[in-house]
Amino acid sequence: MKIRLDNVVKTFDTFRAVHGVSLDIESGELLALLGPSGSGKTTILRMVAGLEFADGGHIYFGDQDATDIPVRDRGVGFVFQHYALFPHMTVAENISFGMKVSKVRRSPAEMSARVADLLRLVRLEGLGERFPTQISGGQRQRVALARALAVDPKVLLLDEPFGALDANVRRDLRRWLREIHGELGITTIFVTHDQEEALDLADRVVILNEGKIIQQGTPEEVCRNPSSAFVMKFLGDTNRLSGSVKSGVASIGGVTLDADGCPDGAAEVYARPSDLEWSRESGIPASVLRVIDRPDGRRLVARTAGGETVELDVPPETVVRAGDEGFLRIVRMKVFAA
Amino acid sequence: MPQAKRRPPRVGDSPAVRRTLIGFVLTVGALLILAPLIVIFAQAASLGLDGFARTISHPDTRHAILLTVLTALIAVPINTAFGIAAAWAITKFDFWGRRFLLVVIEIPFSISPIVAGVAYLFVYGLQGLFGPLLEAWDVKILFALPGIVLASMFVTAPFVVRELVPLMQAQGRDLEEAATSLGASGWRTFFSVTLPNIRWALLYGVVLCNARVMGEFGAVSVVSGNIRGQTNTLPLHIELLYHDYQTAGAFAAASILTVLALVTIVAKVLLERQGAGRVHRPALAAPTGKSA
Repeated sequence: MKIRLDNVVKTFDTFRAVHGVSLDIESGELLALLGPSGSGKTTILRMVAGLEFADGGHIYFGDQDATDIPVRDRGVGFVFQHYALFPHMTVAENISFGMKVSKVRRSPAEMSARVADLLRLVRLEGLGERFPTQISGGQRQRVALARALAVDPKVLLLDEPFGALDANVRRDLRRWLREIHGELGITTIFVTHDQEEALDLADRVVILNEGKIIQQGTPEEVCRNPSSAFVMKFLGDTNRLSGSVKSGVASIGGVTLDADGCPDGAAEVYARPSDLEWSRESGIPASVLRVIDRPDGRRLVARTAGGETVELDVPPETVVRAGDEGFLRIVRMKVFAA
Repeated sequence: MPQAKRRPPRVGDSPAVRRTLIGFVLTVGALLILAPLIVIFAQAASLGLDGFARTISHPDTRHAILLTVLTALIAVPINTAFGIAAAWAITKFDFWGRRFLLVVIEIPFSISPIVAGVAYLFVYGLQGLFGPLLEAWDVKILFALPGIVLASMFVTAPFVVRELVPLMQAQGRDLEEAATSLGASGWRTFFSVTLPNIRWALLYGVVLCNARVMGEFGAVSVVSGNIRGQTNTLPLHIELLYHDYQTAGAFAAASILTVLALVTIVAKVLLERQGAGRVHRPALAAPTGKSA
């Protein structure tokens, strides 16, 4: 099911949560709404579900205007951040709830067959008789997903699906959700504040801030070509160095670099820790403040002669100690007008 | 040396403080609460089984018991429905005056019941606000069952609401939203999702409400008019017997009321075991119940 948001607005009391958001979601797409808290991402998701009504604009499901269709009839599967499993029902009863209340009559045999299928899909065979309090957080999340899928939703909506889980479980569930999506091909939107999760999982990422779309594109597009300093900073660790641009050449701390297409004047140069190199010969003069050793490498915290603190990743065998003097070389960077 | 083995006391856990406090509480509890209860049953028992049966089977006493039970049968269900509706409105909707409503509902907790009775007198009495109107329509509220029920309901209005509001607040709207998104109607959501999750707290509130309705004296005493064999509830009847120097009869009737109260307390304790009255309950379903 193709979904289209057309200039959707939502205001809570006096607070503008969503400012005229327009968005197209292709049929079968796995889309991430990514943003810091208060960016309006959950509000958008709840409006698509019908749990919240838009103050302005339209939401289309295919060619149908779904803006005013109540949640009960909208045919969406919604997975809540804290699962919202019915605590007084067993796992199997939770999953079959949607079928029981449905206008479409199903025989008990049909329903239990469907429950068994879904339990297999979410790899929880044999846990149907447990109560939600008797299973782990990751298992609960999978039950919540099975429950949402049981009513054959046109679209699957997940609100911070892995937010309440620990890192290892989260990584497993991410891979697993990707597999399920591949298997079912259902249009899926999920909300997250975790950029790693969004980039790992989604076909396309929509980055939001203060109720507006800042940038959207494939993970590759948003990672390689961030449209603004906000996106650059939000997607991962970033160093900011101030400099200036004159006729397409940026100078930072006495070093000049090519900066095609940037307007003249003060500029901010952004580089990720892996975009910088440590050198003994030439570059921006800096001194090492700290050396942080990690399983996958070595990170230096350094201060430039200009007094700016930067972090950079170096190969683990690099010989360097706190207090060493040397130079920073910029391998890749993004320049934005200050 | 024993001293060397002793662990240092925790904060506020010195033996002197401990013993004094426990001793004090036990003594006061026994004198204040337990002793009067024992006296009631002892006095009632001194009548002997025969005398007890005779006192209880007196028409006036029987009528008082019936009236008390009837009042509870009317007032408790109405207040339960009101309590659920009010708790639902306060916790699930945002509307102007939500906090004010919560304060208003709690007023009967802090106001003296006799004030409530007098207020009803001013509203429904002959000289009261609706007095002439009620007389014209020949509706009798005061000195009759409706007045007793109304006064009892006023006094017990907060019980169910107070039990439900914190619980429903903690539960939020997620469960209802989930049920609705799965296609359930409003009624279906209420009966198969909301109600099962508040049932213990609800029962607990109902039990407390019932205890108070049966025991209410002040407000009912003003509005009922104390007509023997007609508008006397059990608490009023006990007072009447006592003032008539029928001490043994008063104790017998009091023991009946006490038994009703004890049944309530036992029910309350059993409910608390099930997790009512606590916001963060471990599990609604017994963990050892069904398992794969």
